[in-house]
Amino acid sequence: MTNREKYNQAFIETLEITADQLGDDLTYQSIEAWDSVGHMQLVSALEDAFDIMMDTDDIIDLSSYPLGIEILKKYDVEFS
Amino acid sequence: MTSSLADRLAAHGERIACAQGDSVWSYARLLAMADSLVNTLKDRTLVALLPANDFTSLCVYVGCLQRKLPLLLLPSSIKPDALRETLAAYQPGSLFAPAGTLNTAQSLDCGAGYARYSLAASDVVPHNDLALLLTTSGSTGSRKYVRLSHTNIFSNAYSIVTYLNITGDDRPITTLPFSYSYGLSIINSHLLAGATIILTEEPLVKRDFWDSLRQRRATTFGGVPYTYTMLRRLRFARMELPSIRYLTQAGGRLGEELHREFALACADKGIGFVPMYGQTEATARMSYLAAEVSCRSIGSVGQAIPGGRFELLDGAGNVIMDPDTEGELIYYGANVCLGYASTAADLARGDENHGRLQTGDIARCDAAGNYYIVGRKKRFLKLAGNRVNLDELDSLLAREGFSAVSAGKDDALLVYTDRNDQDTLKCFLANHTSLNKYAYKITRVPVIPRSDSGKVLYAKLESALERDC
Repeated sequence: MTNREKYNQAFIETLEITADQLGDDLTYQSIEAWDSVGHMQLVSALEDAFDIMMDTDDIIDLSSYPLGIEILKKYDVEFS
Repeated sequence: MTSSLADRLAAHGERIACAQGDSVWSYARLLAMADSLVNTLKDRTLVALLPANDFTSLCVYVGCLQRKLPLLLLPSSIKPDALRETLAAYQPGSLFAPAGTLNTAQSLDCGAGYARYSLAASDVVPHNDLALLLTTSGSTGSRKYVRLSHTNIFSNAYSIVTYLNITGDDRPITTLPFSYSYGLSIINSHLLAGATIILTEEPLVKRDFWDSLRQRRATTFGGVPYTYTMLRRLRFARMELPSIRYLTQAGGRLGEELHREFALACADKGIGFVPMYGQTEATARMSYLAAEVSCRSIGSVGQAIPGGRFELLDGAGNVIMDPDTEGELIYYGANVCLGYASTAADLARGDENHGRLQTGDIARCDAAGNYYIVGRKKRFLKLAGNRVNLDELDSLLAREGFSAVSAGKDDALLVYTDRNDQDTLKCFLANHTSLNKYAYKITRVPVIPRSDSGKVLYAKLESALERDC
């Protein structure tokens, strides 16, 4: 699985959405499942998928699908 | 003596009452705005509010207290169907809500995104003491509300101000829904003390919340157990929070591990950590564990608040005098609600509790006088601070034609079905309750065990599952 696929999978599974919902307009609270409980689940899924421990600043900045990609780059996760 | 919180606010005059974004409002401005929002409403007629942690909601709330208009505080997470049913049951004369909430009623723009809807009010004249209706459960859409008086609100706020030493220099930041008794108790006690409430709808998991907290130099906030689970994930121990003076916890059992972790982490930072216990039926608070002993009495909810008193009863109804003996927890105090309501007719009823509350919780008291909650008499869970009555949930499921029942412990809700309808069930729970989908698990069982009289044998259900796992 590519990193992009792993990234997408974390969103699809924790927020129970379909691939066509992934995109720039997927943001915190844009869908009901992405509330604070969903957010922490998403963070856990991403940490597991990439075997990283995210800093507080990054957890609270991860407020949209595109921002997550930028944040993960800091942890040497590369997206092609 | 009847005291009203609203009567105490004018004395705070030009002190800053609240801040939201870049704006601040003095107590004088708050009272003036509150008056302008409610001054045309008919006396003694029920008002409904679908609140948020913002200035307009605070104004409507204060305005209703001031004018002695009974207020129905709807849970912010209420679903459209439940909102319609609740309004039909209580028949308020007006509803303050975000513009666009109703499209069938005549509305007036209140500014800041709010509208006031004019509705057909009930003929029932509410009881003179009635100030507020609070829901016992934000998530199942139940129409059962707690009736609170002006004295209830004032006495609980006064007691909280006393034991937390709240002063006009405190600045709480909102972390809990306005309609939730615990969230509202933080607002009430700080208004009484002339403090500055930092209003935000931003959640703890977003940067904007922490930016507001730092910029406005918040001195405190409250959290339910799940808040503390999140704070742990956010590495609270490593955070620098120089302005925070103390944190409180309520809304369900914290668990010894989290209690210990936060009592120690807070002590390290010079922050007081105060676990508390309460119920909406007691306006909010019944007990607190003083920050000084919070590191030692792990798992305890401390002692009754000033002006309140606990009693433990054994199965025969006798008062338990021996320490460390479990019994049903009874609370006495001026903050015990008048009673319940489920329709407009109930608003005419007066005080039915006379200051005595059967909490339904089983507790024990140690030799030092600290109380520990050990379980519940009835089937209740607290999910993310929201009380979920399992019997109520079961009847909801039965009404909808599901062959499913609920069970669980502490903060884990289990729904059992004996049909292959997990997906429909999941869909129903998502659309008709505001339970987060991670808060429950749906399990297929071959058959739901019942007694001869048809009562669900919950113990058998859970033990059968434990064997299978």
